[in-house]
Amino acid sequence: MERNPMRRQLASLRKSLFDQGYLDEQFMELEQLQDDANPNFVEEVVTLYYRDSARLIVNLDHALERRPLDFSKLDGLMHQFKGSSSSIGAKKVKAESTLFREYCKSGNAEGCMRTFQQLKKEYATLRKKLETYFQLARQIGPMESANRPK
Amino acid sequence: MNVSSVKGSMSISSSTSTWKAGDTISDQFPAGLRVLVVDDDPTCLMILEKMLIACLYKVTKCNRAETALSKLRENKNGYDIVLSDVHMPDMDGFKLLEHIGLEMDLPVIMMSADDGKQVVMKGVTHGACDYLIKPVRIEALKNIWQHVVRKRKNEWKEFEQSGSVEEGDRQPKQSDDADYSSSANEGNWKGSKRRKDEEEETDERDDTSTLKKPRVVWSVELHQQFVAAVNQLGIDKAVPKKILELMNVPGLTRENVASHLQKYRLYLRRLSGVSQHQSNLSTIISAQDPTFGSLSSLSGLDLQTLAATGQLPAQSLARLQAAGLGRATAKSAIPITLVDQRNIFSFENPKLRFGEGQQQHMTNKQQVNLLHGIPTTMEPKQLVSLRHAAQSVGNMNMQVPPHGPQSGQNNPLLMQMGQQQQQQQQSRGQILVDSTINHAPRLSSMGQPILSNGMATNVSSRSGIPENIRAPGYSQTPSMLNFPMNHASELPGNCFPLGSTPGVSNLTSKGAFQEDVNSETKGSGGFMPSYDVFNDLNQHKPQSWELQNVGIAFDSSQHSNSLQGNLDLTQSALGQQGFSSGQMNGHNRSAAVASKAMFSTGDVKELRSAQNINQHLNNLLVDNTIRVKSERVCDTSPANIFPDHFGQDDLMSALLKQQESVASSENEFDFDGYSMNNIPV
Repeated sequence: MERNPMRRQLASLRKSLFDQGYLDEQFMELEQLQDDANPNFVEEVVTLYYRDSARLIVNLDHALERRPLDFSKLDGLMHQFKGSSSSIGAKKVKAESTLFREYCKSGNAEGCMRTFQQLKKEYATLRKKLETYFQLARQIGPMESANRPK
Repeated sequence: MNVSSVKGSMSISSSTSTWKAGDTISDQFPAGLRVLVVDDDPTCLMILEKMLIACLYKVTKCNRAETALSKLRENKNGYDIVLSDVHMPDMDGFKLLEHIGLEMDLPVIMMSADDGKQVVMKGVTHGACDYLIKPVRIEALKNIWQHVVRKRKNEWKEFEQSGSVEEGDRQPKQSDDADYSSSANEGNWKGSKRRKDEEEETDERDDTSTLKKPRVVWSVELHQQFVAAVNQLGIDKAVPKKILELMNVPGLTRENVASHLQKYRLYLRRLSGVSQHQSNLSTIISAQDPTFGSLSSLSGLDLQTLAATGQLPAQSLARLQAAGLGRATAKSAIPITLVDQRNIFSFENPKLRFGEGQQQHMTNKQQVNLLHGIPTTMEPKQLVSLRHAAQSVGNMNMQVPPHGPQSGQNNPLLMQMGQQQQQQQQSRGQILVDSTINHAPRLSSMGQPILSNGMATNVSSRSGIPENIRAPGYSQTPSMLNFPMNHASELPGNCFPLGSTPGVSNLTSKGAFQEDVNSETKGSGGFMPSYDVFNDLNQHKPQSWELQNVGIAFDSSQHSNSLQGNLDLTQSALGQQGFSSGQMNGHNRSAAVASKAMFSTGDVKELRSAQNINQHLNNLLVDNTIRVKSERVCDTSPANIFPDHFGQDDLMSALLKQQESVASSENEFDFDGYSMNNIPV
């Protein structure tokens, strides 16, 4: 009973994440993998993502502080970051990564730095939203969270 | 889900390399497929693992390439397929891919967020079975088992082919080399001589193949030993048999080494960025075409030869070629083993036309040079070897001579070659190219293997002849030749089907041989009836046959086959005339001699003269081809015809000339392979 409004809230929150472009179909793939054996699979993956990608963010920050910029290295780092982000369905973050790589290829330092700032913002925003989402989902119960009909 | 039990059952049915299409596979398959996934990104790794488990696979994950390799080495048969990321910090994914291909020969699927064409292409060229773009969806993973099945199927087929080759090889080679790992169909040997025997052999082979040789896992140590042996021998001279001896690993067969050598050569080639083998292969394959215009390379020839000999069903050839060559256009019957062709030629040839044509092709234009090389390096023996692989032949020829005594070795080599050929069609392409380029050195090293191939092929083709031909020192070669070159890919990467070489050497050996040859060639008459080439050619002009015979004789020297190779079989009729003269040159020394004689006549093209010469040659050459009526026993003083060792330069030029003039150099090849025999060196 109490759950129903919570479930509705959860559903609505989830929907908004997709509608607003924070998440894409890949996230749904993860949801599909969640089952009784791994009831918190999606949350675990996202947690792992944020932990691991934090390292990449730090490296990128450092690389961007060098002068002159090593575009090739930046591109390589961002390639990894992009791969990771796309695997959890982080749509906006992925878009910024792609843009960043474009700037790297064209050697646009200004573009790189600006894009990276934007990327970090999106990255942080998504994290907050997902944390809220998972928190709510845990309250409702493992079976019901994330397993939403498409 | 009971993965473990499923796996168990699955492994039983599908874990062996000898898996046959007909084998019962666990109903649960692909459940239980043992997957090793390698990715440095922990997020991706976790997701992939979960997805693979959802597909009911048995998953092992690694986040480093080195770890993955050590896991694979520890448990050689513990995995069915590998999924690897392209960009990894400790080792490039492609490098890992190559290592796995060389050492474990497992199917590998590459993954990357990078979907650029270059990268995907790189994956393909490095041998990846598939390339997935990240983020990977579970649907993509549900079908990865197909690669496992496909690979096993191909291996099995190769096994079969090598099996038959071995058998064929065995038979002729009974005298020596007992280290055939398979089989037991010694009795078949005689039977196999005939074309139809191939079917029988095939059947038998099937039985043998069902024995299933355990797949050899190339551990690091083993591979290092292998590399050390190869380096010691010299990459050009590294023949499976010698490598095997150097490695001195109990339980390792020549075939294992041969196939590994093939892969290794591919790997080296890749390293050097040579893709010529591909092109070679294509050329070879194209050679297969009826026009034989393009000697696509021995492989093509061999395959055809093999096919021609009936040993290798055309389809298999096509398959082999396709498989082996991969990139190369797999023409259906491109006999990879030039050797085969040679064999065909040398022994019996006229029928073999097919093989010969190929050889010719092989030697073709590019080869023409080879031929040149032949005369130079070719000794009578070489001539014989020339026959074998048009291309390889060319190369081989060179080698052949030295291999006289090796014939024994050749046999095993042949077998290997056969096997390798199949596998290495690609490499073969390479070899062909190489051979053409190197010729002499290559031949020698390859000669052995090639011979074996040739032998193998010959075996099939010749059915009757091999034995005879042996006589002069060929003894071994015949066996070699007899090998059914089933494996088109027999030629181990580098080994050009020397099969013929053994014969070649004999031929060159001269007159004595002739006699033997003659008798033998007669036998060969029955030999590969399937060689249309010959038939067609012959039909055109009986006379031309004469020439052909001559050509055959020259065949040994045929490496110059290029001469012949170039010639279109269809034109054989035409070519024959001129060809024969040319042939003579191209082919073994004797051929050269003959050609010289021909040349001296001033009109190489003259059919008449050619014919005359042919006749002589015929005499010289074992009149294998039935068609060759001029079975005149070689009393024609082969001596005159083939002055030993014509100035090779002379020969070469003569050959070249002839080639040009003789469109149908093919015929030469076709000739019944006598050339090898008759060449009175």
